[in-house]
Amino acid sequence: MSDFFSEFWGYWVAGIVVVSLIWLTYLLISQSVVKLPKGQQADVTGHKWDGDLEEYNNPLPMWWMGLFYLTIIFAVVYLALYPGLGAYQGSKGWTAVGQYEQESAAKDKDVKPLYDKYLKVDVATLAKDPAAQKSGQSLFLTYCMQCHGSDARGAKGFPNLTDADWLYGGKPEQILETLNAGRAGQMPAFGVAFGEEKVKDVANYVQKLASKKYDAVRAARGQATFQQVCVACHQADGKGSQLIGAPNLTDTVWLYGGSERAITETITNGRKNRMPAWKEALGEGKVHLLAAYVYGLSDKPEAGAKP
Amino acid sequence: MQANSALEPHGGVETFNYRVVRQFSIMTVVWGIVGMLVGVIIAAQMAWPELNFGPYFHFGRLRPLHTNAVIFAFGGCALFATSYYVVQRTCGVRLISDKLAAFTFWGWQLVIVAAAITLPLGYTSGKEYAELEWPIDILITVVWLSYAYVFFGTIARRTQKHIYVANWFYGAFILAVALLHVVNSMAIPAGAWKSYSAYAGAVDAMVQWWYGHNAVGFFLTAAFLGMMYYFVPKQAGRPVYSYRLSVVHFWALVFTYMWAGPHHLHYTALPDWTQSVGMAFSIILLAPSWGGMINGIMTLSGAWHKLRTDPILKFMITALSFYGMSTFEGPMMSIKTVNALSHYTDWTIGHVHSGALGWVAMISIGSIYYLIPRLFGREKMYSTKLIDVHFMMATIGVVLYIAAMWMAGITQGQMWRQTNMDGTLTHAFIDSVKATYPYYYVRVLGGALYLGGMFLMAYNMARTIMQGKAFDAPVPAVSQHAHA
Repeated sequence: MSDFFSEFWGYWVAGIVVVSLIWLTYLLISQSVVKLPKGQQADVTGHKWDGDLEEYNNPLPMWWMGLFYLTIIFAVVYLALYPGLGAYQGSKGWTAVGQYEQESAAKDKDVKPLYDKYLKVDVATLAKDPAAQKSGQSLFLTYCMQCHGSDARGAKGFPNLTDADWLYGGKPEQILETLNAGRAGQMPAFGVAFGEEKVKDVANYVQKLASKKYDAVRAARGQATFQQVCVACHQADGKGSQLIGAPNLTDTVWLYGGSERAITETITNGRKNRMPAWKEALGEGKVHLLAAYVYGLSDKPEAGAKP
Repeated sequence: MQANSALEPHGGVETFNYRVVRQFSIMTVVWGIVGMLVGVIIAAQMAWPELNFGPYFHFGRLRPLHTNAVIFAFGGCALFATSYYVVQRTCGVRLISDKLAAFTFWGWQLVIVAAAITLPLGYTSGKEYAELEWPIDILITVVWLSYAYVFFGTIARRTQKHIYVANWFYGAFILAVALLHVVNSMAIPAGAWKSYSAYAGAVDAMVQWWYGHNAVGFFLTAAFLGMMYYFVPKQAGRPVYSYRLSVVHFWALVFTYMWAGPHHLHYTALPDWTQSVGMAFSIILLAPSWGGMINGIMTLSGAWHKLRTDPILKFMITALSFYGMSTFEGPMMSIKTVNALSHYTDWTIGHVHSGALGWVAMISIGSIYYLIPRLFGREKMYSTKLIDVHFMMATIGVVLYIAAMWMAGITQGQMWRQTNMDGTLTHAFIDSVKATYPYYYVRVLGGALYLGGMFLMAYNMARTIMQGKAFDAPVPAVSQHAHA
């Protein structure tokens, strides 16, 4: 593997680096011969600017030159050991990627027995193990809190994981599937197809489904549209479907807000959402622990009763 | 702003162009206050996040405003003022063009005002320290080329045979910044206030940090060394310690700085070889940097007693001490293993401010205190006592600031890498934020003290100007080149 698309550039870089180091060394050596006899004061150069600006011509301080030489020696040794001189890989064969892989592998080897032990336990049982829950929380606070919040209560557009409501189901195997493969939620935009009035009608029907305040005339008109169009995902009773992640519209949980305005916005512009897939990035063991942690957070009795 | 009579030659004698120096000197203090005030505001926003009001007053938009204001408005004006003064005094001639010098003043102020408007509005190219969009970038280029013409044109007219060392540093700064600015700002416009970088991916990152680190190296280091080389020996009344050292460290410094950019991109997608070369040369940079510090501090040998009574000299010598400290810290932080701990933490912010507040601002403040009485026909500043108070406030402010950020940075770095027995991270990111709060409060205090000192300076300057009157020194009739 090379960072250069032709051999020439590797030599070019190496050449410039080497010549530069030689030039700096030469600059220093050329000044090393200049010394001031003991007890003698340096003289001024004889140039004078702006009335009284003059310069002594003291030789370079020895300790300073020593420091300069040391740093050059360091650079030479470093560039012999590590990649730097163009395509030359350095005698240690070190790469940043190699270091990462090595350290990760060492760490993974250390913790493998622990995760192997956890993998043998099913998610529901693991959710009752305090040590596993603590590890799960650490993972959650590293990978999940950016969206779901450190308390897992989510935010607008990011589901609350502590309640009994589940978009894709709260059973262990469903949570595992969500974590492993991710989810892509999509509510189509109906603003253009429906027009402003019809959107308002449907919004009022959704308000009715959720037992909120609504306009009866609009809701009646909206119901007709709902039963023709929305029913495909949200079902005839508006309770949605966890198979396709269509939210239940009859409860009090709203991913994007349950006000008439928010519902109108959702119907008009649609919504897109994505839960990333973690299987590749985290591996089976960590996903298993996270599933147990999330399962442990949720309101289980009701979750189990969900369709 | 000054009486026009001051511009007329005194009794037919040619004078130096002090008008442009006066303008830039005053604006140095004004922009210093503005830039540092924005700094204190964003420091407070870190300590009390509820102070983020709406989009225009949000940290994300005020932060680039702060960096641009202190580097290019405050630092830039200080460099224009001092370089125009130094080049005239040490070349023994008036600036080659008064009109072009005036253009650089008004052009630069326009750039600053444009930045102060567009950044809060959210117009940014997203490149750190180069956020300004392409129309402003073009204006900067035009102003900068005019600056180069005025500076080098004046040097070409000099009556002195030799070019004084301060001018080498100013000259290197002007050339390098032109190169850096033009190359890094290359972009394809996509509308009046939107553009896309001409580079992509890791190359874009490398060009950006080649620019970024050399903005530090040439704008914030070489140029201020030029300032140091004139004002320190002048204020101390002593010859520069070593001409030989100035030659060697000048060439080593300007040569080596150009290599150091990749240390900003350790452990990223930048190829390993680029990172290694950047680190090796960053370490080599230590000695050339210290050459300037040695030359400045040793210039005082034989005049140490002046430090007791002269607060202007205190500013300059403290500046050199901070310069030495931060140029030791920099190479150390460029070592990969250290960088793995320090990168992305507030340690970096502390390092930058020990350079910016400790070195750049202090040497500028000292030099402006030197200049103001001379530009307004006074013997000295209105109040030496106030300079002393300013010095104390500034010093305590910097120390509080950088000590707080060291502790914050090392705390963050340690917390981020700590793992449990099960291989998980011990601390969530938010825990490290919580742990940083005490240091954020201390930083606000340190910054406020430093800003307070700037207000004293503004008052002291205003009183000095009120007592005096714009004064243009005559160009010495007999040049000294015969002497050389």
